Amino acid sequence: MKFEVGKELGKANLEVFSETLLSLAKQDRNVLAVTSDSRGSGKLTPFGKALPEQLVEVGIAEQNLVGVAAGLASTGKKVFAVSPASFLTARSLEQIKNDVCYSDHPVKLIGISSGVSYGALGSTHHATHDIAVLRAINNVSIIVPADNFETSEAVKAAANMSHPVYIKFGKRPMYHLHRPGTKFEVGKSITIRDGKDITFIATGETVYHALMAAQLLEKQGLSCRVISMHTVKPLDAEAIIQAASDTKGIVTVEEHRVFGGLGEACASALMEAGMSVPFKIVGLPDEYTITGSQLEIFSHYGISAQGLAETAGKLLNK
Amino acid sequence: MTDREIKIKSINYRKKLLKYIKLAKAGHTGGSLSCVDILNVLYNRILNVSPETFSDPGRDRYVQSKGHSVEALYVVLADKGFFPESDIETLCKYRSHYVGHPTRKVHGIEHNSGALGHGLAFSVGVALSAKKDNADYKVYTLLGDGELAEGSNWESMLSAAHYKLDNLTAIVDRNNLQITGKTEDVCGLEPLEEKFRAFGWHVEIVDGHDISALTDVLSRIPFEKNKPNMIIANTIKGKGVSFIENDHVWHHHVPTDEQYQQAQEELDMLLTELDT
Repeated sequence: MKFEVGKELGKANLEVFSETLLSLAKQDRNVLAVTSDSRGSGKLTPFGKALPEQLVEVGIAEQNLVGVAAGLASTGKKVFAVSPASFLTARSLEQIKNDVCYSDHPVKLIGISSGVSYGALGSTHHATHDIAVLRAINNVSIIVPADNFETSEAVKAAANMSHPVYIKFGKRPMYHLHRPGTKFEVGKSITIRDGKDITFIATGETVYHALMAAQLLEKQGLSCRVISMHTVKPLDAEAIIQAASDTKGIVTVEEHRVFGGLGEACASALMEAGMSVPFKIVGLPDEYTITGSQLEIFSHYGISAQGLAETAGKLLNK
Repeated sequence: MTDREIKIKSINYRKKLLKYIKLAKAGHTGGSLSCVDILNVLYNRILNVSPETFSDPGRDRYVQSKGHSVEALYVVLADKGFFPESDIETLCKYRSHYVGHPTRKVHGIEHNSGALGHGLAFSVGVALSAKKDNADYKVYTLLGDGELAEGSNWESMLSAAHYKLDNLTAIVDRNNLQITGKTEDVCGLEPLEEKFRAFGWHVEIVDGHDISALTDVLSRIPFEKNKPNMIIANTIKGKGVSFIENDHVWHHHVPTDEQYQQAQEELDMLLTELDT
């Protein structure tokens, strides 16, 4: 069957993470998962049953989670510290900053149910600040996979990274976005489709919506480039600058506050390169985020085919 | 090494750390003086670690959670040959690795610390790793008593007991003072022993300046199979210098020229007393 980008629904990235980790851990007893009463929400119950000695439970104690993970990593263990992104990157931020990044113990921080995956549960459970806070901390890569392929590749890459990394994803099934044979490299974006009028630079679970917007705009006679910026740090500035050079405007899309995330990182890269193009950051505005499902919240804030198409049209005055 | 030789080392460590604090015009004087004897006994009698074996996976680990007392650690590590003592002359200077809290840029230091309430969680991770690998190295961490108000310590204490980490030892430098004043006035800790016991640790109490007692207690680890080890080391903040002892204003006070002179003379007197 011929592969069509964005047509075939896959699994939740969360599920792919847990399967990939189990596979890695079966081959290497030094691969450990550390959880804060989050093995269920992290889909790690099968991992715990298959490899009980490789799962470390610390209870609902995220500060301890990250500190213990750093200690384990210091001895050569390949440690995946798994916790809801909202708690992992707020409650234990000082442990991430000091015990992981500053001390350079290569913990793999896994933020599950990130962004507004827990959309209906309220702001306590939203993680819409994590990219901003971690971008401001030295020595941590930030990866936000868009689909199952990117998730699996990111987890495999993380296992062998010698410095800290943060990977985050949601829990809803994702459409496959990459053709077989696509190459994944940390720090190198993937262009999913090319175009000359506008570029969508999106990250994580918003990439699909950017792709749908591009398909919608194609029917209106606009040709759109769609870039999956799976690694937000280090940023693939070259691809951003190229997009500014090749197309007439850039729309960035992220499941994150509009402050401090992908959009501002792209804007900064362009300004520093001396480039000025019509530019719009689409994300969650500076307000109390509404509640609802992830898709309802996306749609409310214009992260949808229709919303993004309208944003792009306005940017080009069309 | 005899007890007398260890005692001489302690006095010399105190003289040196004051020298470097004075030179840097910065440092945590009181807390460094209070933990000298603990570090002395650990590094000269207990820890299976040396400059040559520091990258050996089977080495014992020492994690200084009360990172602000780094001046004591620097002089002990220099004495053990981890780096030339003259390196400490760069303490707190532009681009020096010898900053005001421990970092791994300095040979012999396991973990970057300084923010309080971090060392115990890290040490739990290291001790747990040893258990998983059936390795027989031990992990020691030094906590300040004021530091115990950080809630993260108590999360880690739960984990240590849960995982039966009898290869983990936490030592509390119980000098009863913190930057604002007495620990019991700032945020009462007592009854500390009962709290640690209730968290599932085996607790021993020792005079933190008694070389023989420290050696004895640290040689008996693990105190009890399947229980993490807690040592409350009763100490005197500013130990060894009369006008620094038991005065919280010396938490990070730097001596004047006259005070420095007097401090060195008092410590020299202690050396003379040991000779007689």
